[in-house]
Amino acid sequence: MMRLSRRAVLAGMATLSASQARAADAYRIEPIAVADGIWMVRGANEPIAPGNGGAIANIAIIATPAGTVLCDCGPSIRYARSLRAAAERLTGTPVVRVYVTHLHPDHGLGIAAFEPAMVAALPGTTAALAREGAGYSDAMYRILEDWMRGTELVLPGRQVTTEMEDFGGRRLRLLALSGHSGADLAIVDEATGVLIGGDLVFHDRAPSTPTADLDRWRASLDRLKAEPHRCVLPGHGPLDPGGVEAIVQTRDWIDWLEQALTDAVKAGLDMVEAGRIAIPDRFSTMAVARYELQRSVSHLYPALEARLLPRIDRPRQE
Amino acid sequence: MKRHVALLLALAAAVPVRAGPVVDPLGSPMWTAHARTLFGDDPVRFDPRVKVDFPIIAENQRAFPVVIDARTIPGVRRMILFADLNPIPVAIDYRPVAAAAYVATRIKLDQRTPVRGAVQIDSGEWLVWGGWVDAAGGGCSTPPVSRVKGDWADHLGEIRGEAWPLPGGDSRLRLSFRHPMDTGLVENIAAYHLEEIDVRGADGRPLAEMAIWASVAEDPALTLMPRIGAGERIGIEARDTNGRDYRAQVEVARQSPLPAPPAP
Repeated sequence: MMRLSRRAVLAGMATLSASQARAADAYRIEPIAVADGIWMVRGANEPIAPGNGGAIANIAIIATPAGTVLCDCGPSIRYARSLRAAAERLTGTPVVRVYVTHLHPDHGLGIAAFEPAMVAALPGTTAALAREGAGYSDAMYRILEDWMRGTELVLPGRQVTTEMEDFGGRRLRLLALSGHSGADLAIVDEATGVLIGGDLVFHDRAPSTPTADLDRWRASLDRLKAEPHRCVLPGHGPLDPGGVEAIVQTRDWIDWLEQALTDAVKAGLDMVEAGRIAIPDRFSTMAVARYELQRSVSHLYPALEARLLPRIDRPRQE
Repeated sequence: MKRHVALLLALAAAVPVRAGPVVDPLGSPMWTAHARTLFGDDPVRFDPRVKVDFPIIAENQRAFPVVIDARTIPGVRRMILFADLNPIPVAIDYRPVAAAAYVATRIKLDQRTPVRGAVQIDSGEWLVWGGWVDAAGGGCSTPPVSRVKGDWADHLGEIRGEAWPLPGGDSRLRLSFRHPMDTGLVENIAAYHLEEIDVRGADGRPLAEMAIWASVAEDPALTLMPRIGAGERIGIEARDTNGRDYRAQVEVARQSPLPAPPAP
């Protein structure tokens, strides 16, 4: 006989009512033209929350002679289906390729809406998704509830191992980088010079660091700066038409962050206090700066303490 | 009739409030049970002067930072940090013997829960405050990182720390211990955690004492404010549930650290 605890029943009821309330919610996909044959779908400058359905990451749609290419595909199958329909209406051609820039669920969980054979990611991204995707999926279901319905973790079926992919003459340069995560794909459309930065580049939205390696991130930003391009379509925040500012701003934030947290450890602050330090005025244009600072304290502080606080233990008396 | 009501109200005001009938501002399903266990027949009151401070998001449910700051309340003799809906509700039971009423650490969160600070003052009364924290589940029932990596035993007993003088004769002491702090709620790993930490002056006088439980995060980190001045030595002794002893010593720096950027 099946026994349900009272908590399970209550939880079930809560979920049911939430689902009924949200069943009608739909994502609004509004592509903005950024260059010839490239559109951006802007994510909300917010944390992942029920109010935005997790649609916080920017998506790129590229029309090519060989079909439509998507760079990232959003947090859920519902989002990705809407995206696919909107993109195909826009370009008049079917989606033939979906690149997943990195493992984070706001960018890639939507791949459940596509045939795995057309979904491509760096080998390191696919390996990380295989390892940690289920945990990310659980977390997204917990926060977003019905928005996630039907979204299952699907792994990309293709590995990005070349430096270029040609879609009937429209060539995309594929840059295998890292630092925001263990494997970050950035893409340059050669025809227009649009650099699609993934989450290596944030713009007027504070960078997030849950899987960051700041030294590698800096090296990747240097590489992106040197890579010929005209404008930057960042992972979060508005387009950077000049192509420099967003890269410089991302670098400025992670440099400040690391130094500020180092100073906080040296000043004897605990994590709660470190999350309350002043954020310099030059970052006042950045959305969710306090929120991301406090997340970064959680990600980075213990390792800084382990490096900066001296050992004080004495030999044991046997 | 009116007079009766007034009399009853006067009586109610005169009688110390008992743990049971106090209405919990957080509406927690576990308040009554915890209040009975922790406070017994002692009077209890909710008081926002018990500042319980934590981040706006529980980014890591295995290590959620919390500060209890009751320095504006005179005569604090005991401070308890607990989370109502954790399977191990109490994290720290702190006695600031000769220390300011301040303690910071990191705790595990097993689900959305009230996180509270309760301080007992010299009259015996308990003052309580706190807030709800939304958290993903599993902070108490997933294995510690060092168990997964397998290197916990290599680092067991490592203690890091530093101490700086504060204006007014107290010091700010930061401590971190390498310890898996096993909850016993993870398959095939028995409970194993630090259970007692004592902080003393060089002459052995007690400054601060605490009992701690496995709901404190792996590799426990603490911030305390013992009453001891620049240049003096602080001794730290701790014991875990296997009877292993830990000893450390730190000298209070001659100078305060460079101030961190001011809070907004």
